[in-house]
Formats: sequence, C-alpha cells, structure tokens
Amino acid sequence: MSEHISPVKLYVTIWLALLVGTGLTVYAATVDLGAFNPIVALAIATTKAVLVVLFFMHVKYAHERLTKMVIVTAIFFFLILLGLSMADYGTRLWT
Amino acid sequence: MATAVLETGERETYLNKEYGIKSWLLTVDHKRIALLYLMGITFFFFIGGFFALLIRLELLTPAGDLVQADTYNKLFTMHGQVMIFFFLIPAVPAVLGNFLIPIMIGAKDLAFPRINLLSWYIYIIGGMLMLYTILNGGVDTGWTFYVPLSTEFLKTQVVTAALAVFISGFSSILTGLNFIVTIHRMRAPGMTWNRLPLFVWAHYATSIIQVLGTPVVAIAIALVALERVFHLGIFNPSLGGDPLLFQHLFWFYSHPAVYIMILPGMGIISEIVCCFSRKRIFGYKAMALALVGIAVVGFLVWAHHMFVAGISLYAALIFSILSYFVAVPSAIKVFNWTSTMYKGSITYQTPMLYAFGFIGLFTMGGLTGLFLAALGVDVHVTDTYFVVAHFHYIMVGGMVMAYLGGMHFWWPKISGRMYPEGWGRLAALLVFAGFNLTFFPQFILGYLGMPRRYWDYSHSPEFQILNVLSTAGATILAVGYLLPMVYFLWSMRYGKPAPDNPWNAAGLEWTIPSPPSTFNFDEQPVVTWEAYNYDEIEKEVPVAQ
Amino acid sequence: MHNSPIATANHEAHENPALLHHFATEEQQKNAASLGMWIFLVTEIMFFGGMFCAYLVYRYWYFGDFGTASSSLDLTLGTVNTVVLICSSLTVAMAVRCAQVGKQKAIVVYLLLTIVLGLAFLGIKAIEYKQKFDENHVPGLAGFHLEGHIPRHPDIPVNQQHAQIYFSLYFAMTGMHALHMIIGVGLFTYLAYKASKGVYRPGYYTPLENGGLYWHFVDIVWIYLFPLLYLIDRHP
Repeated sequence: MSEHISPVKLYVTIWLALLVGTGLTVYAATVDLGAFNPIVALAIATTKAVLVVLFFMHVKYAHERLTKMVIVTAIFFFLILLGLSMADYGTRLWT
Repeated sequence: MATAVLETGERETYLNKEYGIKSWLLTVDHKRIALLYLMGITFFFFIGGFFALLIRLELLTPAGDLVQADTYNKLFTMHGQVMIFFFLIPAVPAVLGNFLIPIMIGAKDLAFPRINLLSWYIYIIGGMLMLYTILNGGVDTGWTFYVPLSTEFLKTQVVTAALAVFISGFSSILTGLNFIVTIHRMRAPGMTWNRLPLFVWAHYATSIIQVLGTPVVAIAIALVALERVFHLGIFNPSLGGDPLLFQHLFWFYSHPAVYIMILPGMGIISEIVCCFSRKRIFGYKAMALALVGIAVVGFLVWAHHMFVAGISLYAALIFSILSYFVAVPSAIKVFNWTSTMYKGSITYQTPMLYAFGFIGLFTMGGLTGLFLAALGVDVHVTDTYFVVAHFHYIMVGGMVMAYLGGMHFWWPKISGRMYPEGWGRLAALLVFAGFNLTFFPQFILGYLGMPRRYWDYSHSPEFQILNVLSTAGATILAVGYLLPMVYFLWSMRYGKPAPDNPWNAAGLEWTIPSPPSTFNFDEQPVVTWEAYNYDEIEKEVPVAQ
Repeated sequence: MHNSPIATANHEAHENPALLHHFATEEQQKNAASLGMWIFLVTEIMFFGGMFCAYLVYRYWYFGDFGTASSSLDLTLGTVNTVVLICSSLTVAMAVRCAQVGKQKAIVVYLLLTIVLGLAFLGIKAIEYKQKFDENHVPGLAGFHLEGHIPRHPDIPVNQQHAQIYFSLYFAMTGMHALHMIIGVGLFTYLAYKASKGVYRPGYYTPLENGGLYWHFVDIVWIYLFPLLYLIDRHP
C-alpha cells in the first residue's frame, strides 16, 4: 500500500494560497462589482474549497476514481436541490 | 462442509452460538442484528396497523362518530409516521438486507458491524420517542409536518415526533453507508459487479438514496423543531418566510424515500421470479441500470407533491415531465420480470404468489402515479382518496407483498425451518384479496371527490358503501397479515428442518447451511459463475473446494 | 488454498491486532474505512446543503435586507476566524503527514495545535454570538431590532421581519457549524490521546486520516459560510 506523502512545502503553499484567497474575498467585497460580487465571492470560495479537497484531503492522489465519483455525486445532487428549488422560486413571478 | 459442532452435538449456527440477552443486545453479527430489527419493525407494524384499524372503523359511517376530529388527525398522522419511518423504510434493508447482503457477496459480515448495531440502537431510540409521542397525546400534523401548522398552531407533541423521525433518519443513513461500503469493498474474489444478485444491486441503489436524501429531511425537521422551540422563523409567513420552502426540503427526501421503500422489494422480486421460473433474469444489465436509474431520476421529481401548493406553473411543468421519466425504468423492470417468466417453468409456492401479486399491484400503483403526474388530473384528484389508493397500491400492494414474499423465500435460511406451505398460500391469497377490496374502492372514492384526511363525510353519504367495502377488505387483510406471524412462530419449534437449498435456488446464500453459522462461510467462496445460473444449477458445484 | 485471503488473513491477524476479524487484509480494512468516511461526508454535504438552499431562497427574495443584516456582523472577527480555521487545516494535514513519516511526537504537537485553534474559533464565535445578543439581533426574542437601511437606499429602512429571517439562518448555520466543530475538537482530543500512546505509525494512521477528512470538511463549510454570511453587501 503506497500512500502519497506530500512535501511540507506543498502544504505551506496551499495554506498561503488559502490566506491570500481570504484576503482577496474580503477586499473584493468592498468593491462595487455589481452583479459580479456574489459570483466573485463564490468563485474564490470554490477555489479555496477545491484546494483543500485536492491537497489537504489528498484527493489529487487518490488511488481510485471512486473517491472523486463520490464527491462529484454529492455536489451534483446538492446542485439539483438548489437548482430545481430555484426553478420554482425563480419563476413564481412570471405571468 | 461441516462447521463447528457444539457440545450437544448440534451444528453451531448463529442462533445457538451463544444464548442470553446480552449475546443478542451486544451482538455484532449481521444476522442477529437483522432479527433484532425484525422484532422492532414487526412491533411498529402492529402499532401502525392499529391506527389504520381505527381510521377504517371511523370511516364506516359518514358521520364523525367514533372519535373527535382532532383525534382523527392524530390517527392518520401516526399511522403514516409509524408505518413509513418505523416499518416501511427499515423493513427490507434492515431485516433481509442485513441478513443476506454479506452472504450474497461472499463476505463474513458487513464492513462496519459495530455501526450496524449502533444503527439498531438509534432506530430503537427513535422508536421509543415515537412511542412516547403516541402515549403523551400524539401528534396531528399529518405525517408530512407541514408548516406553519406544525410550527405555530398545534399544541401537540410535534417536537418529540420530529425528534423521533430525525433520530430514526440516522439509523437509515448508517445502514445505507454500511451497505455501500460493504458492496464496494467486501465482495468475494470473482464476485464482480456484473455477477451480483439484483437483490444486492437493489440495496446499493437504495443506500445511495438513503445517504443523499435523508440528511435533507433531517435538516428540514430540525428547523421545524428549532422554530417551535427557539422561534427561529425560517418558515414563518409573518416574517416573510415561505412555508413552501419546508415542503421543498421535506419532499426532496420524501419522494426518493418511496424509492427507498420499493427498490429493495424489487430486488426481492427478481430473486423470487428467477427461482420459481427456473430461468435467468431477462436483461440483467437493464435491470441493474434501471435500479440505479430509478434512484437517480427519483431525486428530480419531488415537487409533484406540491402541484397545488403554490409553486410556479413553470416549475410544475418541469416536475411533471420529470415524473413521467421516472416511470420508464420501473416499467422496464415490470417488462423484464414478465419476460423472465415467459417460457419459464413456473411453480406457485408462496413466495411466487406474492411476486405475482407484487407485479400486478405495483403496475397499477405505478400507472396511477402517472395519472397524478399529469397536472390537469392532479388538480382534480390531489388530496383525495385517489392519492391514498395510489400510494397504498405501491407501498402495501407492492412493498409489503415483496417483504412477505422475501420473508417466506428466505425463512428456511434464516430460521432453519420450513413454514407450512398450505397456510402460506392461503395467507398470500387472503392478503391479495383483502388488499384489493380495501384499496380499489378508494380509487373510485377519490375520483368521485372524497377528500383524504377527513373524519366526516356526511356531506356525501353516497360514499359510504365504498368505505364499508374498504373497511371489510381491511379486516381480511389483517387476517392475512396475522397468519404468517402465527405460523412463522409455530415453525420455529414445529416446522420441518430446512435443507441448505429447499428451493434449488441460485445464489451464495443457498450454498451454506440453514441456518448459517456465525461467520457464514467455512472458506471464502471464489465466484466463477453468473447470477441466476439456473441453466447450470444441477451440474456445477457452487463453492470452489 | 495457501494464497486464499482467509489464509492470509489468519496469518496477519496474529501479527496485527488492529485488523478486525471480518476483513481479509489491512488494505481492505483501510479502504473500507476511507470510503465510509467519504460517504459520511456526503451526508454532511446534503445536511448543510438543506440550509444553504434555504439561504439561497431568502437571499434571492430579500437581497437588500440581507445585505444590511450581513453588514452588522463583525467582519474582523469573522476574518480572523476564517484564518484560524485555515491554519487548523494546515496543522491537521501536518499531523497526518507526521504519521506517514513516523514522527510520533510531532503528531501529538500538531493535533494539540489543531485543538487549540478549534477552541479559539469557538471562543471567537461565542464572542460574536454575545455581540448579537447585546445588539438585540437575536430572532424570536422580543426587542429584536436591526438599525439601518437598505444599502444605497438611505430612504428605505431595513425590513425587521426579513432581517429576522437572516439572523435565523445565521444562527442555524453557524450554530450547526459550531456543533460540528465541538464534535471535531472532541474527536481530535481522542486522536491526540491515542497518538500520545504511539498508536499511529506509517503502517496505520487511518483514524487520523479520516479525522482529518472530517476536519477539512468542516473547514470547507466555513469557507462558504464566511462570504455568504459576512460579505453579502459590504461596498458603498
């Protein structure tokens, strides 16, 4: 059983990236980007989340496709919950 | 292939390995845990059935003269909650699934035996809370807990009922988690995905639903409890909250929940139909994919329970079309069971009688679901007895018959005894007759406009004759259900000892003794044959030496 | 027969008490535990997901009121907490790495650091909650009142009812998150204890790794909660 051992440098780099992302998202919130504010916020959050999943949770080095499939499945059904609910809320005021 | 022998000279089985209550309450043997669950779900089936009896008694006459209106609300609420959360959802997976899945894949136990036991304790705790609710005034929200009725207007035991359901949900989640990991990781050498019995595929699909859906209803119910206790007004209309949001979160689980209930039953039917037609399943891949397809598409249709609740028309259209799609894999299964039987060598033992009943009644229930998926029809029959009949056809005509068929099919394996076949057939016929007499009139009643959840229909006394027929059917059904309980118990002492394979069926569970020893197999089997190899079964020795 | 998994298992069982009887090999056990933890995280995604759905619906409906309510949260404390959690994810990753390379003492150090950071997060959260109580921003309590107006509309006061919904979501979501943090701290206390006994080593650190997965997941939930709750509308 060979487990991938990440170098310390990688962990520190990811940590720094997460901190930068945090600062960036706080800064971006103070700038008027109109409709893009929430998009930027979510994009930064998702980038941070992806970094944590891939490198801290070792998914990048996972032996099996199963691990990734499990994560993708969960995200898919979560988006279905949000998406189809918004299919109702988003269209309620349509005539 | 003899296993250990006890001092008395008996073969050691999972039943006689240890005696005493501690050996049962602290067991990690999946087979004993299955029996612990059997006791629990049978107990709750009686409780739910008792409420059904009172409902049908009240409806014998148009006037509300047996109980008060509020009491009637409690009766149908608790009938629904007990039957769904404490009987239907756990029944097949926690009893038959727990018992059979490790054996069917050639493993010694589930992946997480202690979590399995924990699951049972969580189920019992939830059940005790439900009992407490019942004994302390009951709950009358409807099994669906709709807000703002449940959050603001009722003074009954809403929070304890909500907690009971919340807790039992974790039992369901852990069982699903256990099954998924077991099926992925514990298969014996040679037991590839394409050789798995459809019973196992069915539980895999069910477990996916349990794992993805249950947490959402958990949070929905938790928010209702929080709103009641701490006045967090997430669904409160006077704060601008949306009661429909609760319904979205609730039905996101509760629709897939009906597939949690039916998919294991479909797995059972595949096993039974193949055995008693002496044939391979027709279209194995399609059947397996249909199971997973039902699970996936089942998550896309939930708002068809909300067509008249106030969702947008455009959303209703989307959910209506998606609801038509979900019928397709179910239909494929019905066609394939029928094709399996075509030119098969059919015999009519009790399990097969239940399987026939299932196929016919599930088809009717499923087709009437399509009636309901059509927006125009739904507006007319929603919240009437048409809906009640529809879901009872699937859950009782489908799921309960499958459960009984499975219990009869595997009873020899579980108990080491044969049940009396004559009584078995009689009970099956009584169940079928009683079921149809109970619920077919309800389709007509609903179409004629009798609303559900009404304790008094004196505005339409012409409904009485159909209600009387329905209640009469319910009594026959009750007798049909009581009979197996009596003769199963009888058989444990007086039944004929069962051979390893009384049905000459295919499947690893039939290669080990009845009842099995604690660790199932003497040696790990190495599988080199396809599932349902009925064309080879007399020629090949199943377990590699 | 000699190469069968059962034969191998019996041999390994004598050597490794950590191998449970129903598994054939250590690798099978480890893979089962990992998959189990990932599926548990799936249930957690859907559990929090329900609340994110509620949040989405009401933010869509009451964007202005949510903006005002969001700006009443202490941004500094929220940012500090985010940094605290990110650091704790690093210490967790380092703890697991130390087990992989056999640095037994360092495992305990990193786990204790994680616990300290977790407790710091909870402490700051408690301060924030107290702030909300002091400012009368707790829904369901009499006297709830949120000052202010809709961003960029000084003539429209914030709707008190909609603001209560925001704070209901705030307390429900951060409360549920905090509950998971408390469980995580408890879990890591247990893991630190076991690590101090030298249980985790290059051949066996599965509980540590799976505990880490849980902790990282709770971190990810906060990564989303922070911008969604604190940063809705902070620009002029």
